Amino acid sequence: MTVDIAVIDYGMGNLRSVSKAIEYVAPECRVVVTNDPAVVEQAERVVFPGQGAMPDCMRELKASGLHAAVLSAAQTKPFLGICIGLQMLFECSEEGDTPGLGLLPGQVQRFPASLMQQADGTRLKVPHMGWNEVWQAVKHPLWDQIADGSRFYFVHSYFLVPGDQQIVAGWSDYPFRFACAVARGSLFAVQFHPEKSQAAGLQLLSNFVKWKPGLSGL
Amino acid sequence: MALAKRIIPCLDVTAGRVVKGVNFVDLKDAGDPVEIARRYDEQGADELTFLDITASSDDRGLLLHIIESVASQVFIPLTVGGGVREVDDVRRLLNAGADKVSINTAALRNPQLIADASARYGAQCIVVAIDAKRVVGSDPVRWQVYTHGGRQVTGMDALEWGRQAQALGAGEILLTSMDKDGTRSGFDLELTRAFSTRLDIPIIASGGVGSLDDLADGVLLGQADAVLAASIFHYGEYTVRQAKQWMAARGLEVRL
Repeated sequence: MTVDIAVIDYGMGNLRSVSKAIEYVAPECRVVVTNDPAVVEQAERVVFPGQGAMPDCMRELKASGLHAAVLSAAQTKPFLGICIGLQMLFECSEEGDTPGLGLLPGQVQRFPASLMQQADGTRLKVPHMGWNEVWQAVKHPLWDQIADGSRFYFVHSYFLVPGDQQIVAGWSDYPFRFACAVARGSLFAVQFHPEKSQAAGLQLLSNFVKWKPGLSGL
Repeated sequence: MALAKRIIPCLDVTAGRVVKGVNFVDLKDAGDPVEIARRYDEQGADELTFLDITASSDDRGLLLHIIESVASQVFIPLTVGGGVREVDDVRRLLNAGADKVSINTAALRNPQLIADASARYGAQCIVVAIDAKRVVGSDPVRWQVYTHGGRQVTGMDALEWGRQAQALGAGEILLTSMDKDGTRSGFDLELTRAFSTRLDIPIIASGGVGSLDDLADGVLLGQADAVLAASIFHYGEYTVRQAKQWMAARGLEVRL
């Protein structure tokens, strides 16, 4: 069976919101939540979500036998990483000192408690939870019709420190500037949850479904 | 700092309908949950919370059905609570389309439930709901944890329970003042501030909202990360958008 969009299911949590949101913006597409590497290989586009803790996600991904299919899809076809699905693409995470897939250079670190205390006496909470502004670092088809600075829904305790600034596609602040979107070739990955980010999130998913990356990705 | 303070309409659901009463009595019908959820989404609600306030086994299936229906039309975070007793209940709600699950009485009875659910599904989806009531005459003021809609005292210190819940893996606290709930006289700001300044995880203030200023005060004076309200939205007194505009006018960062 060939499918238009495969949502990768390696046994970590709830993928229903992701598939429902894609079905909503692309009713004409076949969206399949799958743990079958063959289905991932045949899919036209791949979505790589992730929830919970990165050590569990990496362990389950390896145990599922999907590891190679994910790596291949991330380099060959339109691929969207979400949340831990972004973090796993990098070299390693402080969370449980976990090696990632190493596809992109960079590390994932915890929001440091020392920086969360504000001058006015209030404190910033971890997880970073809620709607924050996303500033677009590059022009990209996935930002199409999304105003710069639009709010997206975040929930995470670890953030990306990219090893290569060239791949940064978007920034957010909490309280310092961190990369919340990356792009390279046919790969795009976001720390926030487009499937939970109302109009802006649905627009990004719709852009992904229509995206036809050329060699440069643009 | 650009993270918006969240406004969360709360829908108390029983027998497939949204209801509202004072202290869980005098329930008045407020409408169809899916319709109400869509309306709040259109008004710019940042999240929605559904509380299953009867949690009988018949209603349980009905609630899952409602969540499924909402989750396929409304693309903002959905929290569901009420009658969650075991990790399997968490799984069922997440599979139906909930993004977070709120646990109250069962977590008090068995704190390990927080740890197990958090380890399995991640802290981001585990909300611990705490119903707190002032200890009359305490100085400095203390709050005790109550269950069963404020009718049963546990003897546990609310702040201490909040700390424990955080240590066990809760990602957020839904903090309801039993003294204020249903009074429309504003949040217990001292309670909210005590939690927000002492815990690292986000605090949702709940119980007592009667005006738009109450919502703003919850953040400005109570230092809440999010504010939850039911009746001021259900009967069309204010829209969520009006609430956000009011908060913005008082200098708060909101998603408009």
